[in-house]
Amino acid sequence: MLNFIGLKEDLMRKYLCIVLLVWSIANILAQGKPLQVYSKDGTVVRSYDFNALQPLLQKQNDTTYVVNFWATWCKPCIAELPNFEKLHAAYKNQKVKVILVSLDMAKQVESNLIPYIKRKRLQSEVVHLKDPDMNTWITKVDANWSGAIPATVIYNRSQRKFYEQSFTYEALEKELKTITNQ
Amino acid sequence: MKGIKIVSLALLAIAVSAFALKPAPTGYKVGDVATDFSLKNTDGKLVSLKDYKDAKGFIVIFTCNHCPFAKAYEDRIIALDKKYSTLGYPVIAINPNNPAKQSEDSFEKMKTRAKDKGFTFPYLFDEGQKIYPQYGATKTPHVYLLQKTDKGNVVRYIGAIDDNYEDESAVKEKYVQNAVEALLNNKEIPVKETKAIGCSIKA
Repeated sequence: MLNFIGLKEDLMRKYLCIVLLVWSIANILAQGKPLQVYSKDGTVVRSYDFNALQPLLQKQNDTTYVVNFWATWCKPCIAELPNFEKLHAAYKNQKVKVILVSLDMAKQVESNLIPYIKRKRLQSEVVHLKDPDMNTWITKVDANWSGAIPATVIYNRSQRKFYEQSFTYEALEKELKTITNQ
Repeated sequence: MKGIKIVSLALLAIAVSAFALKPAPTGYKVGDVATDFSLKNTDGKLVSLKDYKDAKGFIVIFTCNHCPFAKAYEDRIIALDKKYSTLGYPVIAINPNNPAKQSEDSFEKMKTRAKDKGFTFPYLFDEGQKIYPQYGATKTPHVYLLQKTDKGNVVRYIGAIDDNYEDESAVKEKYVQNAVEALLNNKEIPVKETKAIGCSIKA
């Protein structure tokens, strides 16, 4: 009897391992597949549809992610961007990652986005989201998002907050600390 | 003792009514009655919904000069007006932005834009940014489809014009057009609310 239970547990463990393995492979595959990779003057920007981007919004590790939705044409976004860059620099050696998700139009990635990244020497990771059927994915980012930018998600595996607003550096760092519980 | 009771009851009543009078911060939902307004058009004249005696309703669009999404939709907004104003649903465009925050959206530049693009509909300036918060618009473009009824102009659809801002030829769902067609044919609107990325309104 005892032996039988032991066997069952062993099977369970194996089963769980396989499920986890498949899940992580699927995750890696899903994220590794940009729709298009733009490369100009040494700057590379990966462009994803929402399905491919989604894993970035739900990572389950010990890092806290600060994901900002912006575009080069969006004045309040550009105004707050230095605060995200400053956060990136200040928390570089901690488990905090800033990701800037550009919503620039696809035809403007090479003409506007890449030159902007170069000119401002952006250090945070920039990815491009190309998914014009916005009604299908906006609520998947957050149920309360109206679609106006700038918008920001700060999350880790235990907490998640969404903000449809602009940030000062102080406000941004304060919010980050509520998530990391520092 | 009784006097105090009456006074506190009166105070309570005042407090409650003050809350009740406050407009909901979230704006309109489908089924709500939308406010009329009197806003300045690019020709200098004031425009109100009540001026349109024969209209069956309105395609109210919060839009502006500077926003690339709004620009991408300009031709489609003109097409909507051309198609539906004669059928009783004219487009009423409103610029909700404060020119002090976004100089491209000044009244003078609205005039130029309306003339250059040949707008067939009124392009109104929400002076003091008072109307858009009542509707609950958060970005441009943001559509509120209204139907004229006995109780007022009822909101029937809120959201985007269609499902592809970048490429009109790749559009699969024409949300506003489908909603107006449904109203014209006394049918249920298939999609009553949608979300889209847009430029946040600068108040």
